[in-house]
Amino acid sequence: MAGLSTRHLLGIKDLNPADIQLIFETADNFKTVLNRPIKKVPSLRDVTIANIFFENSTRTRLSFELAEKRLSADVVNFAASSSSVSKGETLIDTVNNILAMKVDMVVMRHPYAGAGIFLSKHVKAQIVNAGDGAHEHPTQALLDAFSIREKLGDVAGKKVVIVGDILHSRVALSNILCLKHLGAEVMVCGPTTLIPKYIGSLGVKVEHNLMKALNWCDVANMLRIQLERQDIKYFPSLREYTMLYGLNKQILDSLDKEIIVMHPGPINRGVEITSDVADSKQSIILDQVENGVAIRMAVLFLLAGQTP
Amino acid sequence: MQNLTLLDGQKFQITLQRLCRQLIENHNDFSESVLIGIQPRGIYLAKRIAEELRKILPGKTILQGDLDITFYRDDFRRRDQLVPNQTKIDFIIEGKKVIMMDDVLWTGRTIRAAMDALQAFGRPEKIELLALVDRRYSRHIPVEADYVGIEVDSIASQKVVVSWIETDGEDRITLISDTK
Repeated sequence: MAGLSTRHLLGIKDLNPADIQLIFETADNFKTVLNRPIKKVPSLRDVTIANIFFENSTRTRLSFELAEKRLSADVVNFAASSSSVSKGETLIDTVNNILAMKVDMVVMRHPYAGAGIFLSKHVKAQIVNAGDGAHEHPTQALLDAFSIREKLGDVAGKKVVIVGDILHSRVALSNILCLKHLGAEVMVCGPTTLIPKYIGSLGVKVEHNLMKALNWCDVANMLRIQLERQDIKYFPSLREYTMLYGLNKQILDSLDKEIIVMHPGPINRGVEITSDVADSKQSIILDQVENGVAIRMAVLFLLAGQTP
Repeated sequence: MQNLTLLDGQKFQITLQRLCRQLIENHNDFSESVLIGIQPRGIYLAKRIAEELRKILPGKTILQGDLDITFYRDDFRRRDQLVPNQTKIDFIIEGKKVIMMDDVLWTGRTIRAAMDALQAFGRPEKIELLALVDRRYSRHIPVEADYVGIEVDSIASQKVVVSWIETDGEDRITLISDTK
């Protein structure tokens, strides 16, 4: 049976539409497993996975760890802040030391774009990119598209707007690539300073007016303002950003259709979206979190299943 | 390649009916029993047996589900990529008598995985096994069927293929030998 066309999951750009469909179909099965009384399968009982996080993370690390444990893998966690990295050790040395302890797969988050690609060329283990700088976050894009598919039946033909800090977002790039692979129409919306100049070359529409974007779309994916990655001021104030690009219940109710609201988390409540939107029935934020475990189980299962 | 037909036509149908009668002997009206077909090919057997039972016991509810064992197999990472099938068990198996069904019983590993998978749905009172074909003397694990359609003595290089009228256009059990 044909598996994934890639040995690592470094970015959506390495996947073809058949790979994404296979991941979705496998995640469908894992979602049923997660709804059983015993939410665990023995598939990866002989696999050891290291979660190496050079950047803070709560939900992604927890989601991967839970997915690994649900698959019965052995899991080791590594946080750079409390490791030899702070003593000056290189990335390759750090990972090779971990691999010398017979680790099969590495799930890595790193503040620099391309860190996963670099690592995949220097170590034997399979690498899963859990976010590399402002480059890609493939499992987030997969779970976002999976959640849209679950809610609307299909991704093809759907109109999705990604609102906010496109410039600093790894979620935005992976989402655009994934949604385009699956046949969706994609628009980005935000202040000019937060939209990269090259974005049109990815085949997406650009809109600076939130109301126009919301009237166009079926799904609004509201991104978090990445204040920690902004080295200069890209807009005058958070208050002004919220007034122009924040989504509240009043705006949502003024639309003549019911759109779906997504957010990759963590939410800055009252900035990108208000609490009443985040907690409304149009929001599928918690479905995204639930689907994250199933998608990560599928990715790990399919990668680990490749014969060495 | 040499194909030998072991069972087809009316004999195939009689075999299914005989298995149904044996099941009724032990499970009466099936109010406390459920049928589970093991993916991928055991589901055709389970569906056909359920259909026959409904004809013999009109008005009785015969519950039948499909169980995928991909995540419970012991040959993961030792063979080509495994891609899961659907599991569809929309009834409670806790405390029920479960009759697992597969088209061919060979090494017994599939059945071991299926029993493991079944535990994720609850604790049945009893698990029985029905196999349409029992390839004797080839077990890797001590598993035996409670109900057998036909027993076949074969060597490892031979294959036993069960065809179903619904999917393959005919009911037939074939023994395929590689003559090279």
